[in-house]
Amino acid sequence: MNKAGILIIDDEAQIQKLLAITLQSNDYAVSHATTAKEGLVMAASHPPDMIILDLGLPDENGHNVLQQLREWYTNPIIILSVQSNEEDIIKALDNGANDYLVKPFRTGELLARIRAALKKSNANDVSPVITNGNLQADLAQRIVKKNGEIVKLTATEYTLFALFVKNEGKVLTHHYLLREVWGPGFINQSQYLRVFIAQLRKKIEDDANHPEYIVTESGVGYRFLSKE
Amino acid sequence: MKLLSLNRINRNYQYLLSVLIIGIVSTACYASSLIIGYRVVAYILLITVSLIAMVFDILPVLLAAILSALIWDFFFIPPHFTFQVSSAEDTILLFMYLVIAMVNAVLTYKIRRMEKEAILKEEKENTVKLYNTLLNSLSHELRTPIATIIAATDNLQAGNTRLTAQDKYELVAEIAKASFRLNQQVENLLNMSRLESGFIQPKNDWTDINEVVYDTVKRIEENKVTQKISININPEMPLFKIDKGMLEQVLYNVLNNACLYTPANTRVDIMAMSHADVMKIVIEDNGKGFPQDELKNVFDKFYRLRNTRTGGTGLGLSIVKGFTEAMGGRVQLENKQAGGARFVIEIPAETSYLKNLKNE
Repeated sequence: MNKAGILIIDDEAQIQKLLAITLQSNDYAVSHATTAKEGLVMAASHPPDMIILDLGLPDENGHNVLQQLREWYTNPIIILSVQSNEEDIIKALDNGANDYLVKPFRTGELLARIRAALKKSNANDVSPVITNGNLQADLAQRIVKKNGEIVKLTATEYTLFALFVKNEGKVLTHHYLLREVWGPGFINQSQYLRVFIAQLRKKIEDDANHPEYIVTESGVGYRFLSKE
Repeated sequence: MKLLSLNRINRNYQYLLSVLIIGIVSTACYASSLIIGYRVVAYILLITVSLIAMVFDILPVLLAAILSALIWDFFFIPPHFTFQVSSAEDTILLFMYLVIAMVNAVLTYKIRRMEKEAILKEEKENTVKLYNTLLNSLSHELRTPIATIIAATDNLQAGNTRLTAQDKYELVAEIAKASFRLNQQVENLLNMSRLESGFIQPKNDWTDINEVVYDTVKRIEENKVTQKISININPEMPLFKIDKGMLEQVLYNVLNNACLYTPANTRVDIMAMSHADVMKIVIEDNGKGFPQDELKNVFDKFYRLRNTRTGGTGLGLSIVKGFTEAMGGRVQLENKQAGGARFVIEIPAETSYLKNLKNE
């Protein structure tokens, strides 16, 4: 298999360097751009398998770059953002970013995000039977099992759960979940989400207070993790 | 201070108020003119003008002085209801009244201006002092981890062959620890400047308090603390519409403070409950508590307890207070009778009992 090519668009030399070392030592082919203009040209001339885009670029707002890329670029884009700027992150995710990382980030986190995003773009059709830790889901028959025993989920709980399973490893925003599960009229009814997340955790997590599958991304949404 | 602010807000009403007060006092004097003589009335009016001078600006006070002199002349000095003065003694009295009232007004005004200047000067000095404290505390708090990082990397880059694998591992671990410390300090500073900007607005959304508490405790426990944190949350707790990020920061800082400054193996209890749309979180420990005479200063910016260990900028608890108040709540600190500190955080917020309905 060919190495997956990743384009990094970031003007900070140190971040560039660290990302390059981290990614190359994990078998990715890395190229970089330090300005928005350069990044757009590079992405267009040699479309990479993935783009890591810093929102704070010197010549143009990262959100604009993201929008321009999304006009034609379909592979995953991961956003780099400075600390606790949740609105920025949500905006980027709504504009088609696949995931985000907040500086300072941990290497393990970076690699997990990249793996999840690349896996997603490789396998477009999810196989109907999914095993994750002590959970088993058969999406064709709408059956969820924990430790081999059937977990009784209500219709809404199941819809929510299936959405998570199909998007394993990926952050799902509050608005996205509310829209997908309850409908567009509910995107501001976050209390429903809170209640159902709590209920779902009680049914599928070993300890609902220390969730390992459905983890909270503070201020942004939730992420379904694989337990391996 | 209250008087000063009164002065600032009502500047346009001061003329009106001066006239009103003099009018009321004169009317009262006139009504009792059978009991008190007109010379006593002069004293009463003079006192009134002096009192007005303590609160109002110079021009309204001068207006009050002149008006009261005219009223005294017109209504009280015989012959009544005319500005004429019959005796020479009364003419001198009237003249002296005017002079005393005006001098009084001017002098009081000058004293107040000097006081105001003194307060401003003191405030300025305090700001400079605060700034110096900040610089001292910051340069220490930032330099220590920076020095660690520089020294550790120097060691690693020098290619010293006598460094064992264990040494190298420890040097890298020190770099990691120092970086986290720097990050924490920067976060505190950013939060502080968010508060200082005065524009901080809570972003309220439905929040599961249970989740916030468990997540925050987990983050604290990741710092490998030796304290035992136990959680007790009322299962009937509704959802609250509050700023989750701010609440997390408040809880994190209180817990972090408890873990930094209590002895190893101290028990820390965190309890959450609600009553009548008020969310209440109590965090207490069985450590030594705070010195009684310093309790009231603990939430002050850059305040650090006397004889405390180094480290910390004195920002953590002031952020707790700032964020709690920005959310419309309040935080209280007391020492428990059995020993140890108790923080009580109360935040009023909209609640939703949707959680308890059997849905679908």
